[in-house]
Amino acid sequence: MKLFEYRGKELFDKYGIAVPNGRLVKDEKDFSGLNFPFVLKAQVPIGGRGKAGGIKSAENLNEAKENFSKIMGMDIKGHTVRKVLAEEKVDIKKELYLSITLDRSKRMPLIMASGEGGMDIESVPDGKIFNEWVNPLIGIQSFHIRGIVSKLGLEKEEGKEVAKVISKIYKLFREYDCELVEINPLIIKKDGGVMALDSKVNINDDAMYRHPDIEPELVELTPLEKDAKEKGIAFIQLDGNIGVIANGAGLTMATLDALAHFKGAGGVFLDLGGTDDPEKVMQAFELMKKAKPKVIFLNLFGGITKCDTVAKGVKSVITKEGIDCPVITRIKGMNEDAAKEILKDAGLITATTLQDAARRSSDLAGGT
Amino acid sequence: MSIFVDEKNKVVVQGATGHQGVFHIGEMLAFGTKVVAGVTPGKAGQEVHGVPVFNNVGDAVDETGANTSLVLVPARFAKDAVFEALDSGIKTVVTITENIPFHDAMEFVHYAKYKDAVLIGPNSPGIASPGKSKIGILPGSIFLEGNVGVASRSGTLTYEIVNSLKEKGIGQSTCVGLGGDPIIGTTFIDALDTFEADKETKAVVLVGEIGGTAEEDAAEHITEYISKPVFAFIAGRTAPSGKRMGHAGAIIARGKGTAASKIKAFEKADVKLAKFPTDIADLVEEYS
Repeated sequence: MKLFEYRGKELFDKYGIAVPNGRLVKDEKDFSGLNFPFVLKAQVPIGGRGKAGGIKSAENLNEAKENFSKIMGMDIKGHTVRKVLAEEKVDIKKELYLSITLDRSKRMPLIMASGEGGMDIESVPDGKIFNEWVNPLIGIQSFHIRGIVSKLGLEKEEGKEVAKVISKIYKLFREYDCELVEINPLIIKKDGGVMALDSKVNINDDAMYRHPDIEPELVELTPLEKDAKEKGIAFIQLDGNIGVIANGAGLTMATLDALAHFKGAGGVFLDLGGTDDPEKVMQAFELMKKAKPKVIFLNLFGGITKCDTVAKGVKSVITKEGIDCPVITRIKGMNEDAAKEILKDAGLITATTLQDAARRSSDLAGGT
Repeated sequence: MSIFVDEKNKVVVQGATGHQGVFHIGEMLAFGTKVVAGVTPGKAGQEVHGVPVFNNVGDAVDETGANTSLVLVPARFAKDAVFEALDSGIKTVVTITENIPFHDAMEFVHYAKYKDAVLIGPNSPGIASPGKSKIGILPGSIFLEGNVGVASRSGTLTYEIVNSLKEKGIGQSTCVGLGGDPIIGTTFIDALDTFEADKETKAVVLVGEIGGTAEEDAAEHITEYISKPVFAFIAGRTAPSGKRMGHAGAIIARGKGTAASKIKAFEKADVKLAKFPTDIADLVEEYS
């Protein structure tokens, strides 16, 4: 789960990392407690908001009102701005980059730092980014921190302050089950001291149960995706018009790929998982219908899950509630013949191979 | 031969008395797996399909000589279960549990290395060496004894591919489900090295997907160290960036982990790629 900047900064504050004086501004009438000049920042779970006009400064009350109303409600890459953070400006001597992320290949937290902060880290040349990996069995040690700090070209006192921030964000990274903690920029202030001007904190969804203090925020999901999540169904809305129901994430992805081969485009990724529970199958179909696909493509491989049990669930939904788009099915594996009979009986189209089913679904959907 | 598991594995199932545990102990016994013990705290003295249940892994090892564990416990107890297995001297741990916080997985993956144990998963469907043993939740009916090694990041998609191999009369030495999580114990590289060393395995099939760089790492490794022919399928060519495609590990993040990058890496390593999952069987058939 991606936290908004202001919530990430609340965590920074909790761990003793300095952040600018600021608060969320609810409306253009109340800027109390903030000293000019300050910056108004759109709170969206996506990068590139500065370029999109989501960050504006205010030297006085008029400017603050004007810029607040420009930012509040604006659209940034499909996200409507509903929260605006106001923060007092700070005099910057130097901008650094600092993050901890997960290195999947090494299976360790990776600390990355650069003396060139403030820009997109992908545009910083590799030679100017310094890495340290921390084996989780030993945890962060002084040598890791020295290894990074010594390369950033800092004065002695600055280095000491940055070192403290590194050990604090490592603690945050581990204690809050983070996928990412990023400070860009981490600044050295003109009057000394370091401060986090931005925050990116992602918490591992699977570990949310350990963090009851973090209010879940499903801002990245569509209303139907939220509904599915509450029901425990893997459901993702995509740009196309063919609804794919398959069992297993890999098979569902491969089904979407097969459609693309025949110029079809998936509109929904729905992974039934290992279930053949008729109740779940029914819920899945109901969700799929709400997404209004032009064609539904059901692709099943039965192993432990028996094809005929799933087919029975599908048939009962369709006979009970009807369906207003064609359903192409492709069934393989355990009890496939029985399943095909049940689906034919329910009036669905049964294809023989994945390719055949993908071609027919794509043709019926008429491209995009 | 086969890799990682064969008839010498004596399996203790952690989480033996739950619905999944009971069902899969039955399935494994039917496959010929030596399931010797179950563990559920507080349930010592019970039996599942005639297999004795113990309160902890240590007792199970002492009483039955178990050397392999299958972890089926819920996600929030999984770290404890894997640590317990490793500390009880278990040398092969197969972790089926999904949704384990990856910080937990990071810890037990490194602890398994320290203990010189093989850890498969988490979020793995398990591992099967046809004719010898099946440890996990893979359906027994899809396998055939033979010479193709399979390593995969997914479940059902692998069953589909293995089944299509079987339909063409192409058997498997071992099929290992590496798991769909971002942090896993046994990687493509580990599986490739072990298949390379296995006399019985003549060719290797890899089933990859978007997310991370495991396929790119594997491709480099193949060029340098693997002499046996390798075939591959990559799922997620049309997956959008930033969306988790069902598996926790299947996500294109910050431009990394695209199918295009993986396909390019495999092509460079002379790995034969299939367009559709079932085409793998055709490619392998043409070759052999």
